[in-house]
Order: sequence, then C-alpha cells, then structure tokens
Amino acid sequence: MTNLTDLGIAAIRDGFRKGDFSARDVASAFNDAVAAAKPLNAFIVETPDHALAAADQADKDRASGALKPLSGVPIGMKDLFATRGVQTTAASHMLEGFKPEYESTVSAKLWDAGAGMLGKLNLDQFAMGSSNETSYFGNVISPWRRNDGGNAPLAPGGSSGGSSSAIAARIVPGATGTDTGGSIRQPAAFTGISGIKPTYGRCSRWGIVAFASSLDQAGPMARDVRDCAIMLENMAGFDAKDSTSLDLAVPNWEAALSPDLKGKRIGIPKEYRVDGMPAEIDALWEQGIAWLKDAGAEIVEVSLPHTKYALPAYYIIAPAEASSNLARYDGVRYGLRDLPDGANLQDMYAATRAAGFGDEVKRRILIGTYVLSAGFYDAYYTQAQKVRTLIARDFDLAWEKCDLLLTPTAPSAAFGLGEKSDDPLAMYLNDVFTVPTSLAGLPAMSVPGGLDAQGLPLGLQIIGKALDEQSVLNASLAIEERAGFTARADKWW
Amino acid sequence: MSVDHATVRKIASLARIAVTDEQAEAMVPELNNILGWIEQLGEVDTSSVQPMTAVIPNHLRLRDDAVTDGNVRDAVLKNAPQAEHGFFAVPKVIE
Repeated sequence: MTNLTDLGIAAIRDGFRKGDFSARDVASAFNDAVAAAKPLNAFIVETPDHALAAADQADKDRASGALKPLSGVPIGMKDLFATRGVQTTAASHMLEGFKPEYESTVSAKLWDAGAGMLGKLNLDQFAMGSSNETSYFGNVISPWRRNDGGNAPLAPGGSSGGSSSAIAARIVPGATGTDTGGSIRQPAAFTGISGIKPTYGRCSRWGIVAFASSLDQAGPMARDVRDCAIMLENMAGFDAKDSTSLDLAVPNWEAALSPDLKGKRIGIPKEYRVDGMPAEIDALWEQGIAWLKDAGAEIVEVSLPHTKYALPAYYIIAPAEASSNLARYDGVRYGLRDLPDGANLQDMYAATRAAGFGDEVKRRILIGTYVLSAGFYDAYYTQAQKVRTLIARDFDLAWEKCDLLLTPTAPSAAFGLGEKSDDPLAMYLNDVFTVPTSLAGLPAMSVPGGLDAQGLPLGLQIIGKALDEQSVLNASLAIEERAGFTARADKWW
Repeated sequence: MSVDHATVRKIASLARIAVTDEQAEAMVPELNNILGWIEQLGEVDTSSVQPMTAVIPNHLRLRDDAVTDGNVRDAVLKNAPQAEHGFFAVPKVIE
C-alpha cells in the first residue's frame, strides 16, 4: 500500500475521491508522522483531534456525495493565524496561552473547504526573522543536512520555518505561510519545496497577527506548484473585514495551469547579480533561463535600478509598522501581564512588554519608534516610502519589456543555526531578492531548482505583474517539470 | 544620525519597553549599525516622487452605518489577564 504521507495535496484529494483510502486513514498517518517528528520542533501545538474530526466529516461527505475542494486533506497552520479555541502565539511569550474566540478568514476558508488541521506551526517570533531562531518556543530544525557528515542543524528559513520544515519532512502535505519580506519564499527555497506569495490583497489579513500591515500577505506552501494552486484557491477571496482586501473573483488557477510559455517574455534583472553570490546560485539561475527558453519563453535583460535600496527601505517601513501594530500588547486585554509589586499602569506596560517580547522584536520596535519619532519622520519614514514608490516604478517599467521576472530566491543555501543569529544585518541581507517584490505588492513564487555541492536545495523565484498569479504559477510549473527535483532529506528525526 | 545611551532610553520609554542600563548600552552599537546601513537611502533623489500610500490601487469602501457585531462581552474578556465585573481591570491610575 502507498505510504499516505508520501502523497501531496492533489494526490490525497484525488485518491480520496476515487475511494483509494479514507480521510481518516490519511489524517491518522499524518498525525502519527507529526507525533514522531518532535526533534524538528516544527509545531507549537499539535491538533490531531481537529484533523480527525475534519477527516470523519470528509468520509461522511464522500458517502453522501457532498465533497468539498479540500475534503480529506489535512494541513499545517502557521501559528500566526488566529484559530478559535486553539492556542495562537505568533511564537511569542506575549501570547503564550492565548486562545482566540474567533477564526482568521484564511483558516476559516480552508476549514470550510474541508481541510483539517494537524497543528499550529512554529515560526520566527511575530514573523520577524529569516531562520526561525527568534521563536520563544525554540528553533525549528530543517530536515536537511549537509552531505559533509557533520550533522550540523540547519535553519529551515523564516519566518515560516515550521511550515517549510514540516512539508520538507513530509509530516504535512501543505501548510499556510505568511510573507512580509520573503517569509514564504526564502524558507521554501531553503527546504526544497514550493511557496507562493500572492498579490497584496488577495488573501484577507483578518485574524492574522499583524507585523507590517502594508506588506503582510498569506500564501500556501506545499511540495509542488499544483498543490500551491489548489491551496491558494481556497485561501484567497474578498473579505469585507480587511480594508485592503481586493474585491475580485478568485481565478481557477489549478484548472488553467500550463507549462507552455510560448509568447511570454521573461526578464532577467541585472541588479540581482550581487557581489559575493555563490557560483552555484549563478549557475542555477543560468539553468533556469535555459529551462524557460525550452518552455517557449523569450528571455530579455531588464533593469530594476533601485534594487539596492529595497532592503534599507524595508527595514524602515516594516519596523515602523511593527512598532505601531505591536502597541496593542499592553497587558490589559489579552496576552501576558507583568505587574511588579506597587507598579502603576505605565510600569505595567513597560514590564509586560520587556518580558513578553524577544530581542529581535524589541530591536524592531525600537527602530520603528525611532524612525517615526518627531524630527526623524521625514528623513527616514517619508524617504523610505518615496523610495518604495521608485521600486514599484522600476517594476512597472520592466513590465513594458517583459511579463515575468526570473531570479534566485535567496543569495545562499540554508545556513547553520547560530551562524548568522549574532549579526542582525547579515540576517536581513538574506531577503535581498524577496523584499523588492513585497514592497511592490507583486505575486512571487519560489520553486526548487536543484541541490548545491553540499546537497542542499536551492530555489528559483518567479515574479509576476499584480494579479497575474496564473503566469507565475505556469512559469514555476515549467521550471518544476524541467528541474525534476525529487531529492528529499534523509530521515534522522 | 546615530543614537546614544540617552536616546535609546528615550525611545524605549516611548515604546513602553523597560530596559536596564546594561541592555540600553548593548543596544547602542546594535541600533547604530542598522541605522548606519539604512542611512544610504539618503543618496536617492526623491525630490519629484510622492511617498507610496497604497501598494495595490484599491478604493476604500463605505458600508452602511449599522451595527454588525456586539453582545460578546464575555468572549472579549475571555483572554484578559484580569477582568472584574465585566470590565478589564488595571492598576489604579488616580490617587
């Protein structure tokens, strides 16, 4: 019999519909795999009962002929999405024990589509990090190891590191992620899986713990492009509860998947050839160009001249928004309260926030507070928002010459835990290829392209025009078919 | 621009995060390292550019001015660190 945890979302959905197995069998197999994978630390909370209840409902629905789009499919939920009655922490001490009385729009859509929840996935605290080393609940470990025999624990990427680790380890077939500056795409690249950040506004932000609201966007992570398309169809859609939600119909992305790129022009942005990039990444990029040509696309060189300013602009805008968003954690309405003896209200706020936030979160709140403070607002924040306009304009001008862009997803393969955690700037630089797209709100996807000499996955990124997720998915599919990426991490956990 | 110990204490106070002298001292070089790096934005000529206000063009919607939610006091208070008599409770703020 097939090992059910070897199946992706489409295979589970279709096999379940055909009657090859029951939903309960699938949920049980993944529940067992989750329970056996504790060394990865991918989950903060496991919810086997939720997965089983959804499976039992799916089995009933199959019997009565009332199948839903994701009937029979269990998934992992990043612990940034509020889930009713299930602890939602954003990987912070501040929200430890917080059980929301409401359900986020995206998770509600997935449950309405028939999916079940295997658990809440670990992440960087408040989604701030690129290695999953800022979680209050400990580091997530990547299932991948270098082939040097050293067994050094590697970062699964961040912030959606629990999601990427769990998918790569095949303990979940797919998971939600969120992406503020690369938090879906970089972890996908580090772990040899696929992930798409849709256009800003496609997925409702309602019920997602807010980090930087003009950048935050939910998206799916899964083993392949088709699975991502299926999940995204069941996550996206208009929501009146999010003022930036786009009031547009959700396309049938899966049905329109096609790896034929005839007539498509793919831009190669010359500014993404950064100093010090490993030769292997450059070689993979060249290979990606060849694959897209083979799929019928025309390759053109383009320029995005403000690329080098994207990261510094991001590290003004995102902390500024974070300092404002995280002001809500005050020890009064929910979450942690630290009330020293004899403390007044102001002391309580300060003590609560000192105890509840980790170092990286505090660092970003302080940067954000500083750049928004009187006398510095124009020099930092207004200037960053003007540069953001220029970065978005770069893309608009590029779209006069091409339909999509191809770049590497990250400037390196996965690094070891602890290798960059002492140097915030080195960590920030990991998002150099993903942040510009976030600042412009564009859809972008990472797909695995191959392995480096150390046996670690490398990803390629496809960036598209606003609302053109279909072309992004299709070009990603063309790469996926040609890359034939079947490598997986040897089980050690 | 760079920050010193007093500035770090000031912004920590604005952000309502308690810091010890040692913590503030440790943050001075850390924050200056980051601020020094973002300073490069000053090179960009933005004299004819408007700051971005919406990343994807979208119009803000109006809805009927009607109550759509409510009567959930206990649910709202459910996660409060301290709730009394149907209210959030905080330390005394007046003498």
